[in-house]
Amino acid sequence: MRHWLPVLIAVLAACVPLVAHSHFLVNLATLTVFSAFLGQCWNISGGFGGLTSFGHAAFFGVGAYADAVIQTRWGISPWASLPLAVVLGAVLGAAIGFAASRAGLRGSYFALVTLAVAEVLRVIASASPITQGGLGILIKLNVTPGNFQFSDDRVFYGLAFLMLALSMAVAQWLTMSRFGTQLAAVRENEDAARALGVAIVRTKSAALALSGGLTALGGVLYVQMFLYVDPNIAFGADRTVEMLLVAMIGGAGTVWGPVLGAILLHVVADTSRIAIDAPGFAPMLYGVILLLIVGFLPKGVAGLKGWFVRA
Amino acid sequence: MSLDLLLPAVVNGLLTGGVYALVALGLTLIYGVLHIVNFAHGSLLMVGMYAAWMLATWAGIDPYLALPLVGVLMFGIGWALYRGVIGRVSRGQDQAILLATLGISVILNNLALVLFSGDGRTIDTSYSFSTLELGPLLVSVPRLISFACALVLAGALWAFMSRTETGRAIRAVAREPEGARLMGIRPERMFALAYGIGIACVGASACLLLPTFYVSPQVGDSFTLVAFTIVVLGGMGNFPGALAGGLLIGVTESVGGVLFGEQLGQLGVSAVFVIVLLVRPAGLLGRASG
Repeated sequence: MRHWLPVLIAVLAACVPLVAHSHFLVNLATLTVFSAFLGQCWNISGGFGGLTSFGHAAFFGVGAYADAVIQTRWGISPWASLPLAVVLGAVLGAAIGFAASRAGLRGSYFALVTLAVAEVLRVIASASPITQGGLGILIKLNVTPGNFQFSDDRVFYGLAFLMLALSMAVAQWLTMSRFGTQLAAVRENEDAARALGVAIVRTKSAALALSGGLTALGGVLYVQMFLYVDPNIAFGADRTVEMLLVAMIGGAGTVWGPVLGAILLHVVADTSRIAIDAPGFAPMLYGVILLLIVGFLPKGVAGLKGWFVRA
Repeated sequence: MSLDLLLPAVVNGLLTGGVYALVALGLTLIYGVLHIVNFAHGSLLMVGMYAAWMLATWAGIDPYLALPLVGVLMFGIGWALYRGVIGRVSRGQDQAILLATLGISVILNNLALVLFSGDGRTIDTSYSFSTLELGPLLVSVPRLISFACALVLAGALWAFMSRTETGRAIRAVAREPEGARLMGIRPERMFALAYGIGIACVGASACLLLPTFYVSPQVGDSFTLVAFTIVVLGGMGNFPGALAGGLLIGVTESVGGVLFGEQLGQLGVSAVFVIVLLVRPAGLLGRASG
């Protein structure tokens, strides 16, 4: 009973490109899987580690810009800049984790400092000539696999799917490994964890490095899919809110929460666009959903499981 | 950098900083009493600015005259938000409050986008560009008026908190909710009142900013960060700290803008914020404790 459901979802998701031939359906599926992946990235540090970040767009943007700048400036293949982007994201995560936990910033203070880091990066990207300021970077269309550009949308679906699988594996590992247990201990009670010999600074930094590196990978895929990035796309608060929301709706700190969250969020957002297609309407619903989740389902939709199983 | 450019930048920064200080006083009051980090602060400022803009554009009421009206309106909105949403949703958990105020901010920003579209809007007043010659300096008249109003309102708030029975009750609840309850004060009522007053400060600031500023759905986000920087600089919950921090940040932003250009100038504020948080989380005036 417990194990067939995830397997079924995975098999169904893997079959999408075989069944769906329209661009619309493939795009919808790709964006949903991509949302689930980003939500899982936030979940790794925010859910499993309790490090509520309001600035995950910082990692996403660093990955996106690393990819865009390197290929447009130096003409180096995106495949080569991909590992660099991931390393940059991980280093930024480790640096934030190190500095914030050394300074003893928790809860709201941690959220604020991550928000400010994303904002600093947004201002730099808007002003710097390297990132072409507010104009953003447009990547030349040159559709070859060596350029990380594909004529078939379904390749991007496949890549997003693999990335989601990778992030799920990391999340699963966190539920089973020594490191994951230490991270949970830090989340539940930092002082008690320290007393038991958990290295607080190292644990938090490692969780953020893991999350930051994966999020930067998401930034790379985004740039290759849309061939464009600007400071607001890369570092805007909307990105962070969506990541956080996907994790919170499904259930922060659970392996399958972000998948559930991404599906629910996309169903709500896309049907609302059919009903009222005004800019701002769908994101407004995100806010309403966030309030409802915080108010009524603090453990997310995954928290409802207990209802069905035990009641 | 010549003094001719620097001095006006400092004066302008001080004048704007006075209004920033009033925004930050609202934030620090809410933190000091409710221990809530109010992420919706900037968005509520945006709401206040649209309220003042509508009154000025459609009813022809000058923003300075609209100040009491917008202040009362925003007090009502703040009170209702606490009673209806924040107090209910939070159950006293730090993380829940954080996410609830974030949710409110997302809703308000996008509601404004739906209603008013993304364009920046300004109002025309006869005095928008009038200046006053003070020795070698040309000072913007509306900025000077706004600065004076902000200081008067800050003084009034301080007098209210320290001299009136209600102000003392709010401070009692902030210190010792259980003890205050035993003295016959209802903490929940004081919390809603404090949140309302904090948001009323934001409403007043909105009116003071409008004559020299623009309003757009996103305008609040930059103010949220500015207000947090000021409050962190002065120490969370610290009244004189918020005042001094406001002036300091106003000057930092204005001088930074002159030295590094409009866009990179904003960097100064965020950089100050990150550094202070990491090095002295208790604030420059705060006691050094974790």
